[in-house]
Amino acid sequence: MPYLSLEGLKGKLIAIEGPDGVGRSTHIESIQEWLEVQGYGVLTTGWTRSPLIGKTIENAKQGNILDPWSFTLLYATDFADRLEHQIIPALRSGFVVLSDRYIYTAFARNVVRGCDRQWLHDVFGFAIVPDLVCYLRIDVDTLALRVIESKGMNYWESGMDMRLGTDLYDSFKKYQGMLIEEFDKMAEEFGFQVVDARRPPEEIQEALRACILPMLKEGRTKRISKAAAEKAAAEKAVAEKSAEIVSEKTSELTPVTEPVTTG
Amino acid sequence: MTPPVMKGPATVPHPYPGKLIVVEGIDGSGKSTQLSLLRKWLDAKGYNIFFTEWNSSELVKETTRRGKKTKILTPLTFSLLHATDFANRQYHQILPPLKAGMVVLADRYMYTAFARDAVRGVSQTWVRRLYSFAVKPDLALYFRVPIEVSLARLLTGTRAELKYYEAGMDLGLSPNVVESFKIFQSRVLNEYAKIVEEFGLTVIDATLEIDEQQEQVREIVEKALAPYKPKRGSHAKREALFWRRFALPEPGGAEGEADRH
Repeated sequence: MPYLSLEGLKGKLIAIEGPDGVGRSTHIESIQEWLEVQGYGVLTTGWTRSPLIGKTIENAKQGNILDPWSFTLLYATDFADRLEHQIIPALRSGFVVLSDRYIYTAFARNVVRGCDRQWLHDVFGFAIVPDLVCYLRIDVDTLALRVIESKGMNYWESGMDMRLGTDLYDSFKKYQGMLIEEFDKMAEEFGFQVVDARRPPEEIQEALRACILPMLKEGRTKRISKAAAEKAAAEKAVAEKSAEIVSEKTSELTPVTEPVTTG
Repeated sequence: MTPPVMKGPATVPHPYPGKLIVVEGIDGSGKSTQLSLLRKWLDAKGYNIFFTEWNSSELVKETTRRGKKTKILTPLTFSLLHATDFANRQYHQILPPLKAGMVVLADRYMYTAFARDAVRGVSQTWVRRLYSFAVKPDLALYFRVPIEVSLARLLTGTRAELKYYEAGMDLGLSPNVVESFKIFQSRVLNEYAKIVEEFGLTVIDATLEIDEQQEQVREIVEKALAPYKPKRGSHAKREALFWRRFALPEPGGAEGEADRH
């Protein structure tokens, strides 16, 4: 966004992704504790926790009035509100921001519901690229067991709005299976750090910490669009350099003075 | 019919049997007055009409109200909330009547977002992509009016006050509401001028008398509806009767009240 200044974001943004009930929240709590003991300022933020619209989303889920576009845009609003009021200010003051779910959850859920992938990427184009995305990967059978053992299956986590199966269990397995498939695709596309979440919690926690530790020492937050622009600029620079070399070779008297114009 | 309108910019005509007519213009341009007169006329002609208004969906109404009241809305969340409202209305209010072959009248459409959000500093490309799922209107009327005229209408007319966001007070352009309105709405006008070109909106001179404008509007609409075959359902008469029992709603604001009866 042109009006949003993203200069000087000193903090680190870490997103933890993974299907419903994989244990994200529990692990985030432990990580926060662990980081705070080491002296880092930590802010955790999570899906639908925006004071502006979080409640509206909860209400909307009660009734059957959600279509995939509104669903996506409600989440986008929630995310934008938290981005501007929590995440960016925290990063600016040097906090480590732990995000329980990130835009990838929205991508997965709404691609599965039939939204256009490109449109989803466009809508969330204002997002900051996290310094690290940890993906808690699990297979759907283990996940189903884990969810039933803990808090039980609910309507939305089972994707019952999509009429995938006759009961919660069937629907859950199909829906979460589709989500996992999407997450797996994105893990490659966006370079997630994959953590095997079938293991006992202590081992998962250890693996997560091993991911986080090295990046705390380096790295910088970038915007998706900015990152893309920078990449394009870099490529252009390379191209121009080679062009420069060519032109220098051909006529040494006319240096390239054309200013770089970016669309 | 091809139901998924999920992708592609709103530049291809929709495949539905109904017609979508939208009006655009800055606050105080008189577009709502003109639209309600048009509605009367179409109603009297026996068309099945469905009316929908910008920022009116139940889904986000409460949030927008709260956000405006506490002034925590940023240009980005402001934009996204309006898009959410639009998406929800398109799904529940615009598409079903269009598919059923009705005439849908929309008071403001995505062009409002394009104009206002650009002034608030949101990326123009991004907003256009945000609305890429929108149905392309069959006719988009733009009521063009100079700032002074709209301001005079708003201050002396039916409303006699300027709203905080309507005057763009969130941008901190001026501590004075009237000044802020002038600056903000002038910029919106500039954006509209570009949008008229880009999307081929039909321009109406909104400084003319109400009846003169309406005459033009009806002429244009008649042309636009020429290829349209109205579908007459047995229940449609009820809606028409319902409307004849009430006086014409006052321009601006009173629309919602009339609906509630």
